[in-house]
Amino acid sequence: MTQNVYIRLASQRIDNTITVGSEAPRLYTPGEIVTCSTGYMRGHGTYMEESALTASVAGVAEQVNKLISVRPIKNRYTGEIGDVVVGRITEVQQKRWKVDTNSRLDSVLLLSSVNLPGGELRRRSAEDEQMMRKYLQEGDLISAEVQKVYVDGSLSLYTRSLKYGKLSQGVLVKVFPSLVKRRKTHFHNLPCGANVILGNNGFIWICPTINGGGEDGLGGFTQNLEEQAVPRSDREVIARLRNCILALSNCKMMLYDTSILYAYEESMKYEIAELLQPEPMLDICVLTQQRLFMMQEDE
Amino acid sequence: MTGLCEGGNEPPSSLKSIVEQPNEYSHAPDWRRVQVAVCMNLMKAVASASAETPAQIMQRCLGRENLRCDGRTRLDYRPMEIETDVVSHASGSARLRLANTDILVGVKTEIDTPYPERPREGKMEFFVDCSANATPAFEGRGGEELGTEISNSLATAYQSPEAFDLTSLCILHGQQCWKLYVDILILECGGNLFDAVSLAVKAALHNTRVPKVKAASMDGGSVDLHLSDDPFDCYRLDVSAAPCLVTLCKIGDHCVVDPTAEEETCSNASVVVAVTENSLVTSVFKTGVGSFHPQTLLETLKVGQAIGLDVNKVLKDALLKEEEQGDKRQCYGFLK
Repeated sequence: MTQNVYIRLASQRIDNTITVGSEAPRLYTPGEIVTCSTGYMRGHGTYMEESALTASVAGVAEQVNKLISVRPIKNRYTGEIGDVVVGRITEVQQKRWKVDTNSRLDSVLLLSSVNLPGGELRRRSAEDEQMMRKYLQEGDLISAEVQKVYVDGSLSLYTRSLKYGKLSQGVLVKVFPSLVKRRKTHFHNLPCGANVILGNNGFIWICPTINGGGEDGLGGFTQNLEEQAVPRSDREVIARLRNCILALSNCKMMLYDTSILYAYEESMKYEIAELLQPEPMLDICVLTQQRLFMMQEDE
Repeated sequence: MTGLCEGGNEPPSSLKSIVEQPNEYSHAPDWRRVQVAVCMNLMKAVASASAETPAQIMQRCLGRENLRCDGRTRLDYRPMEIETDVVSHASGSARLRLANTDILVGVKTEIDTPYPERPREGKMEFFVDCSANATPAFEGRGGEELGTEISNSLATAYQSPEAFDLTSLCILHGQQCWKLYVDILILECGGNLFDAVSLAVKAALHNTRVPKVKAASMDGGSVDLHLSDDPFDCYRLDVSAAPCLVTLCKIGDHCVVDPTAEEETCSNASVVVAVTENSLVTSVFKTGVGSFHPQTLLETLKVGQAIGLDVNKVLKDALLKEEEQGDKRQCYGFLK
């Protein structure tokens, strides 16, 4: 029988910080004094204690003129208009769905901000309201865009585009929201044979490439669960991508199409299950970092 | 509604209002076709939503191919990390991390009187604390039920005299014995709690040091104990026969070991087998509402026994390796 149980010791723990060029940034812990000199303004993540500016979260200090704020390493997602998010329906309410988007409060998806059958300009009738659970029910995953941020910080989402909507077969990976790089597009059809939606909220959706045009592929309410099962080769690609994304996030590297693709290519020398071990994870992150660095130099 | 989708004449009631609207748009025919197309998509979605649940997808995936979502096969464990002697105030402690599952175990020794029916044996008590930090579901009294379930399962697994020799905890026959309080703290939940807890408990017991009693004298009814003055004058417990729990999670027709939290939600029954180093099964119990076919159950138990043997061996190797590092070993704890 092959060895399939691994127990490591804490002394074998490896340091998985990868510094880019210069030294690692200074980290502040909660309660640590950032500055004692007066004349600075108190920003997010800080408070005044006996005329000293003190960090209230663990993170890096940022200064804009006289304003000092501490940006936390780990935080919940704070939405911005136009962000692409992946979320899970938690509740069906009157004319709206509640969606878990990894932010402090559940987001809302109004019935009026989804594409219902019948085109854009149709009125929402009482029957639509009764049918709501048929469209999206608790536990369903959706991709959407942030339409509005309310004063309390909760988000209003919309899916009125064919690229958004219910997600069918695939794998959801959760990472820190701060690791997802803001790009022009967050929908990627990777050449390794999978689609990736990099939600700004740190939820990443990996699904097999859908043949036959993207128009009715991801969007709307099509959920092709009954269609043929995902073949093993596709599932291997998805599993490898999942492990690569987790490896990158473990090393606190930014996630975008190029970094994910490089990590995927570097991971090919390992078995998929090996990518759960810390050493291969660090190895592919270092190699990815080098390739990204070289690419930057070329430009 | 299907009538319309197949090109029939009757518009569905929900679409009637739009279809019957006056032609405000010059491209009205196209407009209607779009509606029908979208409508068909919706119908398909509604039909398929009830066709297969995520749990069934996972069953199908695991049943046909021996490949899980993270690339493991059915019988693979995720890598674990263990450290003993992490709590300085405890007699013995261990911390185990299995992917996102984080367990801290502390053992405390106390002097107690043995049970009258077992005068030569010490006592051992398990207590599981499900911290609300682990998942919001543990808030308030939420984790109590799970905690009791885990501590009961451990108590059953350790009950057998073959599994753990309680007589080594006896101080004075019928009068005084050591009582071990095994406190288990669940810091994070990433699936497979039973296995992780049992491994951490075994490691903590391995690490436990019980003070030596120099002299015991009877003075009337009361007993006078003289403990050694040297706090390092202790004896270790023999945990070689202590059992490890192996969870076999039934998904579809197959069983997987070390289920992730997602896999656990997709399964409706698991068998937990307590296996010792000599591949002796000290207890078996089932969790969840589902059922097992007798034939499947037998096969599952065999697999569990084989894996339990492996787990015990690997844990023993890891603990020995840690011990080789000697007293000057650095304590890493929770810091990276």
